[in-house]
Amino acid sequence: MDAAVRELSYAQAIQEAMAIAMDMDERVFLMGEDIGVYGGAFQVTGDLVERYGTDRVIDTPISELGGAGVAVGAAVTGMRPIFEFQFSDFATLAMEQIVNQAAKMRFMLGGEVSVPVVMRFPAGSGTGAAAQHSQSLEAWLGHVPGLKVIQPATPHDAKGMLLAAVADPDPVMIFEHKLLYKMKGHVPEGHYTVPIGKAEIRREGRDLTIVATSIMVQKALDAAAALEGEGIDIEVVDLRTIRPIDRQTIIDSVKKTSRLLCVYEAVKTLGIGAEVSALVAESEAFDYLDAPIVRLGGAETPIPYNPDLEKATVPQVPDIIAAARDLVKGVR
Amino acid sequence: MAGASKAVADSRANLPFVYRQYSPEQLRQVLHKMYLIRRFEEGAEECYMRGLIHGTMHLSIGQEASAMGICMPLAEDDQITSTHRGHGHCIAKGAEVSRMFAEFFGKTTGYCKGRGGSMHIADVAKGNLGANGIVAGGIPIAVGAALSSKMMKTGKVVVSFFGDGANNEGAFHEALNMAAIWKLPVIFVCENNGYGMSTSTARSTAVKNIAERAAAYSMPGVIVNGNIFSEVAEASFKAVERARAGEGPTLIESKTYRHRGHSKSDRNRYRTKEEIEDWMANRDPITLFETELRDFGFIDDHGIQAIRDAVAKEIADGIEFARASPAPEIATLENYVYTEHA
Ligand SMILES: Cc1ncc(C[n+]2csc(CCOP(=O)(O)OP(=O)(O)O)c2C)c(N)n1
Ligand SMILES: [Mg+2]
Repeated sequence: MDAAVRELSYAQAIQEAMAIAMDMDERVFLMGEDIGVYGGAFQVTGDLVERYGTDRVIDTPISELGGAGVAVGAAVTGMRPIFEFQFSDFATLAMEQIVNQAAKMRFMLGGEVSVPVVMRFPAGSGTGAAAQHSQSLEAWLGHVPGLKVIQPATPHDAKGMLLAAVADPDPVMIFEHKLLYKMKGHVPEGHYTVPIGKAEIRREGRDLTIVATSIMVQKALDAAAALEGEGIDIEVVDLRTIRPIDRQTIIDSVKKTSRLLCVYEAVKTLGIGAEVSALVAESEAFDYLDAPIVRLGGAETPIPYNPDLEKATVPQVPDIIAAARDLVKGVR
Repeated sequence: MAGASKAVADSRANLPFVYRQYSPEQLRQVLHKMYLIRRFEEGAEECYMRGLIHGTMHLSIGQEASAMGICMPLAEDDQITSTHRGHGHCIAKGAEVSRMFAEFFGKTTGYCKGRGGSMHIADVAKGNLGANGIVAGGIPIAVGAALSSKMMKTGKVVVSFFGDGANNEGAFHEALNMAAIWKLPVIFVCENNGYGMSTSTARSTAVKNIAERAAAYSMPGVIVNGNIFSEVAEASFKAVERARAGEGPTLIESKTYRHRGHSKSDRNRYRTKEEIEDWMANRDPITLFETELRDFGFIDDHGIQAIRDAVAKEIADGIEFARASPAPEIATLENYVYTEHA
């Protein structure tokens, strides 16, 4: 293999980004539960504590509300904390500090401060961890002005977007799907950033636009590959950021393909699919549509423990294939 | 008869609390249940290794005396809230291992119909309001159950189990305060096994003993050796009496140790092998209780073997029941999200 094409896992890519950020800026430090000697629940921080010490890789008590607030306070006063939630579900315990404080402090103080905090949220289902450890809550935070909310879908973007997040003067919330941590992909060495707020076209196509987030990007690509043989040519847009959302890339793609399918793991109703659909419906792309917009999202249920039920709760590749085929063949 | 039982009582006068309070048969039952918890955990672990159970689990091996001691003075309709490390609490409160295994196998015959798994194991009929995936999540719920008891005058006592890690969540502090100001019939049981995942209490907690937190909420704070059944049961007995008398909550800190890693992904990097082996070899709660029972003449080797054999059969039957049970239909995916209308 070409030496330039270095592969890392998604988790390794995040770890490398955090190390680079700490090397470049002594204000950057890590906080979270069991991120030190344990290496983090998903081994994302790994051995960073050995390299950076316990002053910069800080194990907190099991105190999400307080911990998130401490990170906000440190960020407001000159430090650059990266706060890891052990599971994104525990954001629910810290909502006060995230939503009322981090998101609004700059605004409420008339621009006198900024809150350069990064929060990382291991999210999603598929691990058999049941209802309180499998949720996809990104749209909750996406609803809050003042926050930026990203969902990198590849190791390359996980590193580049984390480095962009650390450099960002405002609070950035990163949702990382747990099943992506082991995904391997090309990750350049050294420092680079991937811009927050820009979607990426992962595959060009003429017949249908699939706007997907996080783990659904790969599933959409798999579905697109499967449908190639049937002569169906799919464009896959990796949304990457849900706030601020990249309207133009979506609109341009739909104008080209005239069909839109949104695919995301979170509960279907009142989620990112509603936003993407609405922004297309409100735009000039509406006149280009040849079919109703379709959303594929999670079922209207908490994530069940039983593995077959769990799988059935979120969109899988065959569901995407079926929905895409129906849309393009005009069954809808 | 009265004379004979008085003689028995006199002969036990100098023994620890449980030997004075409970009958030999009840105490042998306790040993049976401690073995049942231990073998259940081992059985679950083995099924997990063999790929029969998915997800993760948190085993309570080493903490059996704590679960059994706390539940000993509880009545069947008293209630508990439990934790992610909740299998032992569930069995101690009276659950059947067959339906617990069925839950772990994701079957409809499981206590949560395959929806909850290990982390949400419950047995509402026996007063177990559920394990919890959220550290400290059950503590305010226990206070709410105790409020119901007071308002509805049911006389129920509620026990909230939680770990040492949970005492640093806001929910713990808010809940203890409310229980105290309203004098609710609730017992807070901190099973301090030294670590919250990888973080020792010394690194996570500002006080040396979690029982000291009780002073901040004007309730008794009691420390017991959580590996000695009698000590735990005695503290629980007193707390239950206090709660039933309307005198309010108690915080019991039960000092214990988990033999296994935190969950299935733990490499035990934060503690030494020697420490683990010391607890296993010298302070195993089942060994300690069994030895006492034998030394005091409540059981002989034959009786112990009979218990072990019965437990082994119960576990094997439970696993078989779980395997043979039906899995939920996909069409039922959205059941139980809301209350069904008849
Ligand atoms: C609110 C919340 N934060 C973090 C976790 C992840 N987590 C699960 S168990 C655990 C450690 C709990 O320690 P402790 O309360 O001492 O209980 P033990 O595991 O020792 O029985 C952690 C950090 C969680 N489940 N919920
Ligand atoms: Mg603990």
